[in-house]
Amino acid sequence: MNARLINWFKFSSPATFYPLAGRLVPIFSVLAVALIGVGLYMSFFIAPTDYKQGEGYRIIFVHVPAAWMSMFIYLVMAFWAALGLVFNTRLSGMMTRALAPTGAIFAFLALWTGAFWGKPMWGTWWVWDARLTSELILLFLYFGYLALQGAIDDTRRADRAGALLVLVGVVNIPIIYYSVRWWNTLHQGASISMDNGSTMAATMLWTMLIMALGFWAYTIAVALARVRSIILEREADTTWVSELAEVRR
Amino acid sequence: MSVAEFFDMGGYALYVWGSFGVSALLMVLEPIMLRSHRRAVLQRIARIIRIKAGEKV
Repeated sequence: MNARLINWFKFSSPATFYPLAGRLVPIFSVLAVALIGVGLYMSFFIAPTDYKQGEGYRIIFVHVPAAWMSMFIYLVMAFWAALGLVFNTRLSGMMTRALAPTGAIFAFLALWTGAFWGKPMWGTWWVWDARLTSELILLFLYFGYLALQGAIDDTRRADRAGALLVLVGVVNIPIIYYSVRWWNTLHQGASISMDNGSTMAATMLWTMLIMALGFWAYTIAVALARVRSIILEREADTTWVSELAEVRR
Repeated sequence: MSVAEFFDMGGYALYVWGSFGVSALLMVLEPIMLRSHRRAVLQRIARIIRIKAGEKV
């Protein structure tokens, strides 16, 4: 137990994490391209036409994974934020900051693809329904975090203030998740739920899961690549950065 | 199924391609922007190091 703890803290040092992240980025990039490639092929050629929604339902293969990721990334950010506040590790704030733009992109995509699904199916791009509104709030939380973080010059204080905002905003995640159950809304209930399993055809479910895994790999690759730039920027004055091969060129 | 039929998506072309298109656009743009940002950061650090080395001489 003790040896493991020490091991983890070793990687919380930017100098050790930077090369590790550098090795992981290509692996997850390849995984992301492969999984999303297979997922897209299945989305359009394997998954059958829905008997009710025709070809329009294919939007869910990007909508649902994007919506999942937008919530999941926020939870991961909250995890790093809490870790940063408790242990005061520098890497935590950098990871929180590295995940935020990708989370914002997925929150935007969830809303965008939702609108493009809502228009033909519900007849409207947008309604102030509980699910849609709470997802919009999630997008604003990402923007709020990025704005607050960017507005404070002292990175340590910026990280602490940002971490606090992220942790307060976590209350929104269960609201999004349970909104379709707590309120009688226009948005349909969960197709896949933790207690009921799935109500979808197997091929549709698999397509969605493979797309979701691809989005996962994409998020890991992009966040690690971004954290590397953040580490470089914040550690620019250190010797280990000045000795890096990519800097010395 | 013909190519035209495929792109028509049973009349849902705007909605399906509007969703997949914008998602693909953002998920291609983000890595490109990251790469150019990384290059800029590396250049800036290299310049600072060169300036500092010059001061010492």
